[in-house]
Amino acid sequence: MADAAKKLPNIVINEKFCKGCSICVDFCPTDVLEMRGTCVAVKNLEACTRCQLCDLRCPDFAIQVFD
Amino acid sequence: MSVPAEKKEKVSVPFDYNKYLRPNKLPHIWCPGCGHGIVLKAMLRAIDKTGFDKNDICVISGIGCSSRTPGYVDFNTLHTLHGRALSFATGVKFANPKLKVIVVTGDGDALAIGGNHFIHTCRRNIDLTVLVFTNATYGMTGGQYSPTTPMGSQATTSRYGSIEPPFDACEMAKASGASFVARGTAYHTLELEKTIHEAIMHKGTSVVDIIDACPTYFGRANKFKSATHMMEVIEKDGTVNVKQADKLPPEKLEGKFLRGVLHKIEKPEYCEQYESIVMEKAKAK
Ligand SMILES: Cc1ncc(C[n+]2csc(CCOP(=O)(O)OP(=O)(O)O)c2C)c(N)n1
Ligand code: SF4
Ligand code: SF4
Ligand code: SF4
Ligand SMILES: [Mg+2]
Repeated sequence: MADAAKKLPNIVINEKFCKGCSICVDFCPTDVLEMRGTCVAVKNLEACTRCQLCDLRCPDFAIQVFD
Repeated sequence: MSVPAEKKEKVSVPFDYNKYLRPNKLPHIWCPGCGHGIVLKAMLRAIDKTGFDKNDICVISGIGCSSRTPGYVDFNTLHTLHGRALSFATGVKFANPKLKVIVVTGDGDALAIGGNHFIHTCRRNIDLTVLVFTNATYGMTGGQYSPTTPMGSQATTSRYGSIEPPFDACEMAKASGASFVARGTAYHTLELEKTIHEAIMHKGTSVVDIIDACPTYFGRANKFKSATHMMEVIEKDGTVNVKQADKLPPEKLEGKFLRGVLHKIEKPEYCEQYESIVMEKAKAK
C-alpha cells in the first residue's frame, strides 16, 4: 500500500521553550497544529507538508520539523 | 521495507540554530510573540550562509529588548550603552578591520538617543552591518512612543494618539551616505535572511530596517488581537516588495513601506581610506 509506506514528518516541540504565542498555529497552511493550553501541539500530522513555516516564524526556537 | 517510497519524499532538514546559540542563556527573555526572536533567527541563517567563522564575527548592541540579542549568540559580542552601539562598533571595526561587525539595535536605540551616531556612521560609510529592529516603540521601558511610531498611534506617552511624524530609517540612512539600504520584516523571514546576507556581504555601511512586532506594548495599546494579527496588518499588508512596486498603481502603494534592497552603491569605505593614508605617509618617510 502506497499510503502505509508514506513516511510522516517528525515535528519536534520544545515545551520548555514554547511561550504559546500561537504564531505557528495561525500561519500553518494546512492546519496541522493547535494550542493546548499555553503550548503548541500536533493535531493532524498527516496534513504536514514539511514547509517549515512554523519553525521559520517561531520566535522561541520551540518547533522544528524533521523529515 | 519501503525505502523507494521514502526516497521520493521531499527531504527537509531544519536549520541547526544551536550552532550559534549559547544554550545556557535560553529561553530568551522576550515576551510571547515578540518579533525580535524571529529576526534573530533570520540573522543566524544569514550569517551561516556567509560561511564566515564564528570568531571573525562581532555582534554589538545598545540597550533595549532588541539589544539583548548579543547575549544569546555565540560570537564575539558586546552589549553596550543606550544609543551608543554604533560608536563601540566603529571602534571595534577601526581597530580590527578584518572582523565582520554586525550591530543589532532598536528603533529607539538607533534613531532617538543614537540618532546622531546613526547619521555620522552612515556618512563615513564604515563597513558595518546595522540591523534596526523597528517595533515602533520603546519596548524595554514600557511602551513609550519612538521615532518610528506612526502618527495617531497609542503609546504610554501618547494617550490621545501620537502627534509626531515618524522617521523613515531607510530615507535617513540613504540621505546620510550609507551605501547599502534595505528593509525587511519578521513576517517575510526568508526574504529577510537574504537581505541580511546581502547586507553583510556589502562593503560599507549597510542598514537594514526590520519591521517587527511588540505585541505587549504597541500591540495591546493599539488594539491588535495577537502577534499574528500585527504581523498580518503591519508587516504583510503594510509593506510591498520594491520589485513589485513598479507594477502597482499609486493608490496600492499609499501608506506602505517598501521592502527589499532600496539603495546599493559602490563608495570609498572609511577603514580603507584611513589605511591608504597610513600607507602613503609610511612610504613618504
Ligand atoms: C542613557 C539611557 N537613557 C535611557 C535609558 C532607558 N531605556 C532603556 S531601553 C530604552 C528604549 C529601547 O527602545 P528600543 O531601542 O526601540 O528597543 P526595544 O526595547 O523596543 O527593542 C530606553 C529609553 C537607558 N537605559 N539609558
Ligand atoms: S511544516 Fe508547514 S505544514 Fe508542517 S506543521 Fe509546520 S507550518 Fe504546518
Ligand atoms: S510559534 Fe513557537 S513559541 Fe509560539 S506557539 Fe508556536 S512553538 Fe510555541
Ligand atoms: S516588551 Fe515588546 S519588544 Fe520587549 S520583549 Fe516584550 S514584546 Fe518584545
Ligand atoms: Mg523599539
